[in-house]
Amino acid sequence: MWTWFYKLASPPYVYRVAAALMPWFLGLAAVTIGYGLIGGLVFAPPDYQQGDAFRIIYVHVPSAILSVTVYTIMAVASAIALIWRIKVGHAVAAASAPIGASLTLLALVTGSMWGKPMWGTYWAWDPRLTSELILLFLYVGVMSLRSAFEDPARGDRAAALLAVVGVVNVPIVHFSVVWWNSLHQGSTLVTLEGPKMQSSMLWPLLSMLLGFTLFYGAVLCIRVQGEVLQRERQSAWVREAIKS
Amino acid sequence: MTVSAWEAFWLLVQRELRLSFRRPEQLLQPLVFFLIVTTLFPLGLSLQLSLLRDIAPGVLWVAALLSALLSLDFLFKSDADDGTLEQLALSGHGLTVIVAAKTLAHWLVTGLALVLVSPIVGTALGIPVGAFATMLGSLALGTLTLSWLGAVGAGLTIGLRRGNVLLSLIVLPLAMPLLIFGAGATDRAISGTNPAGALYLLAALCVFTCTLAPFAAAAALRITLE
Repeated sequence: MWTWFYKLASPPYVYRVAAALMPWFLGLAAVTIGYGLIGGLVFAPPDYQQGDAFRIIYVHVPSAILSVTVYTIMAVASAIALIWRIKVGHAVAAASAPIGASLTLLALVTGSMWGKPMWGTYWAWDPRLTSELILLFLYVGVMSLRSAFEDPARGDRAAALLAVVGVVNVPIVHFSVVWWNSLHQGSTLVTLEGPKMQSSMLWPLLSMLLGFTLFYGAVLCIRVQGEVLQRERQSAWVREAIKS
Repeated sequence: MTVSAWEAFWLLVQRELRLSFRRPEQLLQPLVFFLIVTTLFPLGLSLQLSLLRDIAPGVLWVAALLSALLSLDFLFKSDADDGTLEQLALSGHGLTVIVAAKTLAHWLVTGLALVLVSPIVGTALGIPVGAFATMLGSLALGTLTLSWLGAVGAGLTIGLRRGNVLLSLIVLPLAMPLLIFGAGATDRAISGTNPAGALYLLAALCVFTCTLAPFAAAAALRITLE
């Protein structure tokens, strides 16, 4: 039953799986993001309060949600790599960090673009904005620590430990910045009464969220292949894989 | 001669304290840095004491964090350079005990000293004497928590050439909750409202890091020392 899990520890197996999965992720991401963009930017009605400016949520919300999810994935992969000494975990973590950092930056940029017409300012020291910014700093810390070591194996393990320490800190940072009064609107998607959003607006958003996740999967597959090849460049299977 | 873990812990604390007092300049530099940074703010902003009082908690806490960060550099450095740290790691007492002893001693000579100096800075920034108790308490909890967080960061950056900048990059984001609660508590004490909530949260963070950070710092040392 657990054999598939053990196989995931083998770099050549992961290399092949990533190569096989990548086109599927990319194709499905194109479909779902395509539907989300058309549905969200063309067919969804303008918001009664915010007009057309609300449409930025179709990029902002998926990237913000994924920025935290990717950090969690990175930390879990790092923990697996540290505890069971599975090198592929480091490859997944190293491949995830730049993607997650880019998504965090995207969430911050789209958020401030939306903030200008709505709040009248590009930046406000709002709890969610601030914790997103701190998340970006955490990503930068993990990436810089990994590249600071001359021995890549040591850099991997140091960055993995920092990622695990960071993930313990993420909720603390989040709840500590909630200390201030929030400008940011509350959650619309997850409430006790179900989503507080009209279905013509909601479906494209959910589709975008799924599409962004699939796109992350596709980019992760590409980057993991690169990381695995680089880490295993001395071994025989890499020479064969590159030849074919 | 065999030594129990507790004895090893206290012996190491004593050794660290003795070493620190033989190099007093190492003790004084972060404190002077603390005083200089807090002098910069009135020079750059305004001389009005009423205005200073509004920003005093933030200035005090930012300066304290930066000064504590500066002193983290010599938490492991000299012992790592001359090989003592490796000998300690081989002593069979477990890195967690060693890290805990070193960090506690480090806080006693840097963090606690900073707390004791803070009334001078507080007076200069116009913090009323009534708020001193909260200021001292929050700084004590905050610097102790920062020492533990810093031990993890310092453990990870031992032996790196540009480790100093990287250490700040790693530790400061983790320390931001301390700034929020610490400055918040001091601010409340100045404005006359009850600071207990923020102080309790600081104490909770302190207990949390005291229990978990020694293990994380030991794991960090295991990675960088091997």
